[in-house]
Amino acid sequence: MIVRILGEGQFRVDDAATAELNRLDSELERAVEHNDEAAFTAALGGLLAQVRALGAPLPPDTLEPSDLILPHQDSSMDEVRKLLTEEGLIPG
Amino acid sequence: MGVMKRVQLVFKAKANKALDKMEDPRETLDYSYQRQLELLTKVRRGVADVATSRKRVELQMNQLQQQANKLEDQARKALGMGREDLARAALERKASAQAQLNDLQAQYAQLQAEEEKLTVASQRLQSKVDAFRTRKETIKATYTAAEAQTRINEAFSGISEEMGDVGMAIQRAEDKTAQMQARAGAIDELMASGALDDAVGGSRRDDIQSELDMMSASSDVERELSRLKGEITASAPKQLEGGANGSNQGQPQNAQNAQEQSAPYAPPPPQAQTQAQPAGVPVSDLPAAEPQDGEES
Repeated sequence: MIVRILGEGQFRVDDAATAELNRLDSELERAVEHNDEAAFTAALGGLLAQVRALGAPLPPDTLEPSDLILPHQDSSMDEVRKLLTEEGLIPG
Repeated sequence: MGVMKRVQLVFKAKANKALDKMEDPRETLDYSYQRQLELLTKVRRGVADVATSRKRVELQMNQLQQQANKLEDQARKALGMGREDLARAALERKASAQAQLNDLQAQYAQLQAEEEKLTVASQRLQSKVDAFRTRKETIKATYTAAEAQTRINEAFSGISEEMGDVGMAIQRAEDKTAQMQARAGAIDELMASGALDDAVGGSRRDDIQSELDMMSASSDVERELSRLKGEITASAPKQLEGGANGSNQGQPQNAQNAQEQSAPYAPPPPQAQTQAQPAGVPVSDLPAAEPQDGEES
């Protein structure tokens, strides 16, 4: 499974880690729904740390699309909300 | 569905939309490659812009640091002259300059981080663009338009995701740079207003400095005065000095003499104060420091 952290690049993560990533991802989603900034920061930090710890960086010249994409390390909750809309933050 | 998957789908939808616009898949390859080259130029310009902004902040930080140092120096001189009020004023301004400096330092670190991220992003994009160019040529040479479709889609989705990521990185860096420039502009105005005692950049003398100058000029006069007085004392009768060193201080006729002998250590009458100063306070440095202040600018 390939996971991209925006602003950092892509990682190949073993499928065995999926459950843990999904758990953290659910927390992140709940935090955004409940507008809970502290929970949001904690969940995002945990998620990124997991991907960095478990994943191996992909060589820069690969052209494979990712299976999952994670927001930037210093994203605000507002940024993530915009990211989730089609016309959101991705330019071009 | 979790956040990670939803973000991925948004990126994918974006790529698909671009793909759908193309009638001949191979046309997609060339068009996309052009866009990639444009983005590469843009991200490199982004790196240069952030660097320029960072250097400006660096310059401002140096100015503020010089100012803080100068104000502390003034405070020290003022204290040496017994002017705690002036010293306090100088230290208050120093605190203000220091606060601006701390604020800038934090933002400077952010800009530096942004510059590094963008540099890495630019290198990563370069690698992917190179890979894409190779893939593009292979696809064009090997497959018919119909056969090429799947392979083009793969390559296109991969690079398109990277382009979206880099595009966002540029946008974020631009936002940070704009914030920083607004901040730097505000500090320039603050410095120009004199609120931080801008004697570093201009020829205008600030009020604390001019008062210190005035005091040091008058203390020059005092020092000359006490030197002359010293010459006169030196020629005073010997037996009186001997009496002062003796143990008969209780006697009224020797009290005046004893006071003269211990003058440098006693709570000072005016002329005694200037005698005491050369020991602890670099009064003689003060006039010499003036021209240096002017040269710094």
